Amino acid sequence: MSIFEIFVLAFTAIIAENFVLSQFLGCCPFLGVSKKVETANGMGMAVTFVMALASLFTYFGQQLLVKINAEYLQTILFILIIAALVQFVEMFLQKMVPALYESLGIYLPLITTNCAVLGVAILNVQKESGLFESVLYGAFSGVGFWLAIVLLAGVRERIDTNDCPACYKGFPLTLTAAALIALAFSGLSGIKL
Amino acid sequence: MSKLLNGLKRGIITENPILVLVLGMCPTLATTSSMATAVGMGVAATIVLICSNIFVSLLRKIIPDKVRIAAYIVVIATFVTIVEMALHAFVPSLYDALGLFLPLIVVNCIILGRAEAYASKNNVLDSAIDGLSMGIGFTFSLLIVATIRELLGGGTLFAGSWFGIESEGITVFSKPALMMSLVPGGFLTLGFVLGMAQFLRTRSAKKKEEKEADSQ
Repeated sequence: MSIFEIFVLAFTAIIAENFVLSQFLGCCPFLGVSKKVETANGMGMAVTFVMALASLFTYFGQQLLVKINAEYLQTILFILIIAALVQFVEMFLQKMVPALYESLGIYLPLITTNCAVLGVAILNVQKESGLFESVLYGAFSGVGFWLAIVLLAGVRERIDTNDCPACYKGFPLTLTAAALIALAFSGLSGIKL
Repeated sequence: MSKLLNGLKRGIITENPILVLVLGMCPTLATTSSMATAVGMGVAATIVLICSNIFVSLLRKIIPDKVRIAAYIVVIATFVTIVEMALHAFVPSLYDALGLFLPLIVVNCIILGRAEAYASKNNVLDSAIDGLSMGIGFTFSLLIVATIRELLGGGTLFAGSWFGIESEGITVFSKPALMMSLVPGGFLTLGFVLGMAQFLRTRSAKKKEEKEADSQ
């Protein structure tokens, strides 16, 4: 891959076809863990890491399935690989970065059920991309998720104390903020480099 | 029978997975741009939910506590694969419309949540009823969001392919706001629907309080 192709891939995955803001992948943590910029940052980092690793391992998993002619086991194998990876990341963070581990709390094991991770693995298979391209796409999509969640957390920190109708407090207000961010990003969708 | 009615009431009103518990946001946002795909998604997820609830409930005494989440995920993934293959064979139009979000039913928090919170503690019949009612509650909320989005974003109602049967639908107006069927419209509509649900909930709680205060 040339540098230009890598740049195109990065631009597409992070901005033009952002996983959260234009494909609805990974909405649960996007809405759930975006109360504070600091936690959102940690979550984004962890998800990016898991997505890149998941792209790497599911690539080999897919090769194995093709070899033994059992592609129908794709979903089951992929989710097992991702669950194992998340467990590994959890143990690693607990040992090395306990502060981040504490602040992510319950949301760390929930990365397993983040559809962005399984989504990127399946998309890689659908696009028939090679090993290097798969890992890059996984990492860049993760960065896209990271950007989106930090942006939303920034907005939420500011509107937290604002006045709004009582029934709109909490999730509805967050979703409206997300809609405005997505609206800004949709101006860039459809750009083909 | 009363069990079923109670379950349905819980699934649709008091413990609605989307409007009250706010779980499973991805399919709610991604498949609600038309009513046909929303119902397709709802039915597929309901089938998986019922089957996985039955199986988890059957296996609840065999699965060791430490690996239970992994075991539940494998059970769910199996049923998702079955549903995916069945749709691919019998309803290819729905299979194409749901696309990536069909295998992603595996990571729908509602299904894992019910396996953990309900099916692992209750008998088979109760779990099946719980799966059915939660599935209906999920489909019902998807349909509310999809109705608003299809009406404002496409100007139509009931249009598209319903389980392989093409429908013209009703054209309500001819110049729709396309943005409502795209991503921002999804967030906006869901926010509005959740806000309405919260409003109705606080109002009925207030009414109840007033009634109690009156009777004293």
